[in-house]
Amino acid sequence: MSSLILQGVSYAYNGTKVVDDLDLTLGKDEIVCLLGASGCGKTTTLKAIAGLIEAKQGQVFIDGKLVSDANTFVSPEHRNIGMMFQDYALFPHLTVANNIGFGLSGMSKTDKQARVDEMLKLVHLVGCADRYPHQLSGGQQQRVAIARALAYKPSLLLLDEPFSNIDTQVRFELIADIRRIIKAQQVSAVFVTHSKEEAFAFSDTLAVMHQGKIAQQGTPEQLFAKPSSKEVAEFLGQGIYLSATALTATEYETQFGVVKSILPQQHAVAEKGVIYVRPHQLELASCNNNELQCECVTILSSRFIGSAYVYTVVIAEQEIEVAAQYGQSFEINEQVIIKIKPHTVNFFKS
Amino acid sequence: MTYKFQLSKWQLIAWSTGLLLSTPLFFLLVESLQGDSEVFTHLWNTVLWDYISNTVLLVLGVGLLSCLIALPLGWLTAYCRFPGKQQFEWALMLPLAMPTYIIAYVYTDLLDYAGPVQITLREWFGWQSPSDYWFFDIRTLPGAIIMIALVLYPYLYLIFKTALREQSFKLVQASQLMGLSAWKSFFKVSLVLSRGAIVAALALISMETMADFATVSYFAVSTLTTAVYDTWFGYYSLTAAAKISGVMLLLLFLALITERFSRRNQAVFERQSSVNSEALYILKGKSAWLATGFCSFILIISFIIPMFVLLKYAVMYFDQAWNSEFFSYAWQSLKVAAVVSAVTITLSVLVVFYQRIAKQANPLIPGRLASTGYALPGTVLAIAVLLPLTLLENTINRILTPYDLDIGLLLTGSLLTIIFAYIVRFYAVAHGAIESSFSRISPSLDMASQSMGKSQGHTLRLVHLPLLRRGLLTAGLLVFIECMKELPAALLLRPFDFESLATHVFQYVSDEQLELASISALFIVVVGFIPLYFINRSMEQRS
Repeated sequence: MSSLILQGVSYAYNGTKVVDDLDLTLGKDEIVCLLGASGCGKTTTLKAIAGLIEAKQGQVFIDGKLVSDANTFVSPEHRNIGMMFQDYALFPHLTVANNIGFGLSGMSKTDKQARVDEMLKLVHLVGCADRYPHQLSGGQQQRVAIARALAYKPSLLLLDEPFSNIDTQVRFELIADIRRIIKAQQVSAVFVTHSKEEAFAFSDTLAVMHQGKIAQQGTPEQLFAKPSSKEVAEFLGQGIYLSATALTATEYETQFGVVKSILPQQHAVAEKGVIYVRPHQLELASCNNNELQCECVTILSSRFIGSAYVYTVVIAEQEIEVAAQYGQSFEINEQVIIKIKPHTVNFFKS
Repeated sequence: MTYKFQLSKWQLIAWSTGLLLSTPLFFLLVESLQGDSEVFTHLWNTVLWDYISNTVLLVLGVGLLSCLIALPLGWLTAYCRFPGKQQFEWALMLPLAMPTYIIAYVYTDLLDYAGPVQITLREWFGWQSPSDYWFFDIRTLPGAIIMIALVLYPYLYLIFKTALREQSFKLVQASQLMGLSAWKSFFKVSLVLSRGAIVAALALISMETMADFATVSYFAVSTLTTAVYDTWFGYYSLTAAAKISGVMLLLLFLALITERFSRRNQAVFERQSSVNSEALYILKGKSAWLATGFCSFILIISFIIPMFVLLKYAVMYFDQAWNSEFFSYAWQSLKVAAVVSAVTITLSVLVVFYQRIAKQANPLIPGRLASTGYALPGTVLAIAVLLPLTLLENTINRILTPYDLDIGLLLTGSLLTIIFAYIVRFYAVAHGAIESSFSRISPSLDMASQSMGKSQGHTLRLVHLPLLRRGLLTAGLLVFIECMKELPAALLLRPFDFESLATHVFQYVSDEQLELASISALFIVVVGFIPLYFINRSMEQRS
């Protein structure tokens, strides 16, 4: 059974549609990430799931139960949802133990205590039960927040950019930690972020949002290798567009020669369009061995990143940074040729 | 399962509060616009224009004098370093705690024919009778202007000082590099940039001046405030009193509009993120002494002399002043103030909570409605409160007459009226304080609590109230003190057996016997220091 279904959900602020006819399905114990630039409607979607705002249209089902449609609105306190906030939202006047126990109701005191202890153990904060939130480090506060959100066994966990306040050095360690905790508790989760690195590290599936809609949903690998639209392709990594004409299912004519695709693509032969090329699929070479007589580009600037030089070049009127191979070096203003390595080509019809 | 389209109880509470507390103003507006009143027509044809011109002159005079006192003080303390600057900075706001009638009494006592100043002068110069010399008569309109300005200038001083602090020194420095003298840059840069703040402060001072009853009544200068009072006690004509109040409302409205408008202009100016803490000018030699001298002079005449006289009275007349009257009136005042604080705090928590959780349109309206009473002068408020309550009382009595029952003056003859009036008047004080405490609570705490299955009422009890504890205390204290100090509304509305500390002191002022109530007066002044402490602290937190 799906733990969450959104069907045609819409929401508008002052007449501007922020979430527009959005569909999303989440399997049992799955962690899905809503990924998108700021303002794409991802936090609004999260709030609509939690019931913190009322979706104007569409239906929301949690664990198969209808919680929101044109006639029904279950208020947040009756949805049995766990939520983790960007600022953690720990109650400053309560101890760690009381924060974790806040959502436990209808339980005997001993059961409550036992559950709090269990959660403290799960998040490795056994000694901190009587401390107050301000006495904890950022990472500890975050673990209290996750323990609190999971303590009352919610049907669904929502996470609103929970890692954005964490230092980059420890961020991925914590992401792994929180992921382990969620998996251990066997709960489905919706995670919102604008950082694709966090999304790749944390989620089972990605749902890229664009202009209030889910542009594409799938595993990180699927989305990266085979984006369904230009927006998804651009969001998941920098790149450039090159005009191309399909020669066969695996070959494309471009201004830099023929580009080969590893996998055959679905399109008509001789179709015109563009291909999206990412920096790591490019190679720079000196113009001296330009046997194919293809177009040269100029090196604009260079930057040393330790293992190699990265050069900025302009290709088809788009600036892009391409890493040189180890030991390779070019002068500024030097003419170079661009080679495109064979890869799974992303071809978009024009 | 909960369904949509329900009227929430929070909405109901907030709107009821807003409507209830704005009822007096509504009644006043209706009453002052409708019908004809013989008394009012009579007043209109005879003295009312004098009252209006006195009021306008008083407001203009106090505004001008406040500028002359407060603008130099604000500039000196914000931009300069001179001996005693740090102490002056907070001491100069102390006069705010001094009720005008006390300072007016003290100076009358000092400066009239039998007072120590004139006696000394007569001794020095050998004058025999009043015809031998001319001396300034304090019990006049100019005298009232000086007395009121000495007490109200701190509003302008505080607001102007803050505005200067928030302007970057670099602006002044830049103007000086471009060749402006300190004097010129004050006029061309500092003053122009703080124009909005100055106008807002002057509007506030005008409102307080119009509301002042005690000084003008004691000096027998007839203004609109005293006219409202006299019309009610002289003619017992609510309609006429309401009409005069209507004239005052018009003037007040002008002041309010000016204040709102200047605040809008103020928002345009860019604020620097950090507040200046170092001095821009370090005064030395003559200019330093001039600065210290000016600050000392203002502080001495506005605060130290009246305080000193009051202390002297208290010591000299301790046996007469330290009596059961003081305790019984203090106790009565405390009781009323405590009830009013508790009710206003409760109501404002509920209204502000509704503002926070409301999903309906215009959630701020109930709070705005409930706060309208704050702009009303005490005398006007009293009339405004009497209008709906007498109507209610009469209606109940008319319904009960066939049953041979009568509640008499159950409402207007009891403490209920005064309590209701205070709640209407001071609701805004509590609302403001609680709103600012609420705004410091992150909205995600509400969402967290709700997502964990707590209803809105539970969230209020378990999360908000514990976090608001200090804010509630501050708000309660501020309302409490305002209640202790309020005079004109209490004079008009008190039942026969009720006397508050303020009315008690004023009674003795009117009878030229402040000495006998000196401990009560001292108590009022000292209690008035408490809100100043909070103002000072909040300003220090900003800097």
